[in-house]
Amino acid sequence: MTAWLLRRLVQAAFVVLAMTVILFIGLHVIGNPIDILISPEADQADRARAIAALGLDQPLWRQYALFLWGMLHGDLGRSFVFHEPALQLIGERLPATLELAVSAVLLAIVIGIPLGLYAGLYPNSLLGRSAMAGSILGFSLPTFWVGLMLIMLFAVRLGWLPSTGRGQTALLFGIRWSFLTRDGLAHLAMPAFNLALGNIALVLRLVRSGVRETLPLDYVRFARAKGLRPARVVGVHVMKNIMIPVVTVLGLEFGGTIAFSVVTESIFAWPGMGKLIIDSINVLDRPVIVAYLMIIVLMFVAINLVVDLLYTFLDPRVRLEDRG
Amino acid sequence: MSGMAEIAPAAPETPLQRFVRDFTSNRLAVGALVVVLLIALAAIFAPWITPQNPYDLAQLDIMDGRLPPGASSAAGMTYWLGTDDQGRDMLSGIIYGLRISLIVGIGSALIAGVVGSTLGLVAAYAGGRVETAIMRLVDLQLSFPAILVALMILAFLGKGIGNVMIALVLVEWARYARTARGAALVERRREYIEAAECLALPRWRVLFRHLLPNCLPPLIVIGTIQIARAITLEATLSFLGLGVPITEPSLGLLIANGYQYMLSGQYWISFYPGLALLLTIMAINLVGDQLRDVLNPRQQR
Repeated sequence: MTAWLLRRLVQAAFVVLAMTVILFIGLHVIGNPIDILISPEADQADRARAIAALGLDQPLWRQYALFLWGMLHGDLGRSFVFHEPALQLIGERLPATLELAVSAVLLAIVIGIPLGLYAGLYPNSLLGRSAMAGSILGFSLPTFWVGLMLIMLFAVRLGWLPSTGRGQTALLFGIRWSFLTRDGLAHLAMPAFNLALGNIALVLRLVRSGVRETLPLDYVRFARAKGLRPARVVGVHVMKNIMIPVVTVLGLEFGGTIAFSVVTESIFAWPGMGKLIIDSINVLDRPVIVAYLMIIVLMFVAINLVVDLLYTFLDPRVRLEDRG
Repeated sequence: MSGMAEIAPAAPETPLQRFVRDFTSNRLAVGALVVVLLIALAAIFAPWITPQNPYDLAQLDIMDGRLPPGASSAAGMTYWLGTDDQGRDMLSGIIYGLRISLIVGIGSALIAGVVGSTLGLVAAYAGGRVETAIMRLVDLQLSFPAILVALMILAFLGKGIGNVMIALVLVEWARYARTARGAALVERRREYIEAAECLALPRWRVLFRHLLPNCLPPLIVIGTIQIARAITLEATLSFLGLGVPITEPSLGLLIANGYQYMLSGQYWISFYPGLALLLTIMAINLVGDQLRDVLNPRQQR
């Protein structure tokens, strides 16, 4: 177990290190770092000073060492646009993105699991069939276009929900959250649903196939034969086995949900870090881009690690020795 | 499918005939294939079938800007799907946009297919360290979502059709590599590979003339699905303003252009390009699903 964990940690560290090399190459070899790292408004003397200060007159390997050193100290440069440290800027936007992503995952659970259960228990019913057909749509619909159509229907035509922004927020632990106010919740509803679409379809299919596979198993028949109520058989005995893949997949998809929030945030003008990165790419605010990419890679590596661990704890059948 | 084995066909069926019969057993898939072909034809012959050339400024009239679907221009032309803010006929814009979307989607899927399949075959055939190195790279690539990788690449390269294709190829190759390796691992233990090796054929010949053709069916299935994925991803990136340039708008960019007018109720500028995108993706996916059913030997009984 310890050896496996250690090996996994070393692997994760290598992935992060590889990413720093890729980002470094992206910054320093493909682009001209002087144009990238120094504000275009700087004059000649400023440029010379900045080049020396950034160490751009040093050999490449030293520059890379400096880049790593700064990263280890949480120094990823200052935004040209906001004149703030890039890391701090992203940290300010992080709660909004997390709020959106967590809401989307919760929606996927709340909508996906009951629908999947129903479709699994009654596969030939009208609702079961339409849920399955809907899940195919959920996979192949271009999500950003669905977002636009949601705005058109619920904000423009019906006027039920606000179209963009985060609405009124309330403080909790010193951070602003939307889900604590009515207005904020109304603003959260559409983006969260839009972001959840793919996950709803995924959870629905997982739960449905899980139910179909589990129902004929002996232990379920035995539970029934014992005379347990059907609600208990499904709710406890069947659900327990289905939850393992659902938790794993949702865990793995959480990273993807955060990454895809780039699109949702841009549509609904949700002020999270996804919108920040798109705005930054459009104005070439490279320190922010690098900081965002670094943070999200760290997040991914961490999520993959945690899901791997969780998986082994949730499912005792998984033999740690067998895993590379 | 089940009645097939019982009735002996009068004349032996060629594999192609068998494939065509299996494929046409699903009406929905045949319909989808017809839609895909119609869309492809429309894109290829765009200059001859569109009512106007949407990028010839001489043919546009700014006075016709943002007309609703069905409205007529002063010159007597009917805009069936309305016009955008420049007075451009949406129908013509969409057909031209399909062109860009299909070129980027199919082009990147093909290039990624060649690169990824080659690497996958080499990994399976060579084994050892080469295999470990390639497959580690594949695992690493697949552990990050496509949109993030594409975003990263375009953030450094900047927008443009070429750059979008580079990004899509880098996103997609890993899936082909994994599929090709999986198929090749099974095939390389077969006798015909042994026979080819005994004949002392050059390695590349064994790889590409003997191994590759037998690994093709799963690759074709993956390729079809990947084309749909590439088109969606390109549209998403273009919607975000990171994809194709304004001078060569794909469906995604058309949708993005209509976004600002949608809030004032002028839905058609975003709605119809999106519908065209949806139709394209769904049709390709349905064809891909049927191909998987037909080509997957495990499901043939």
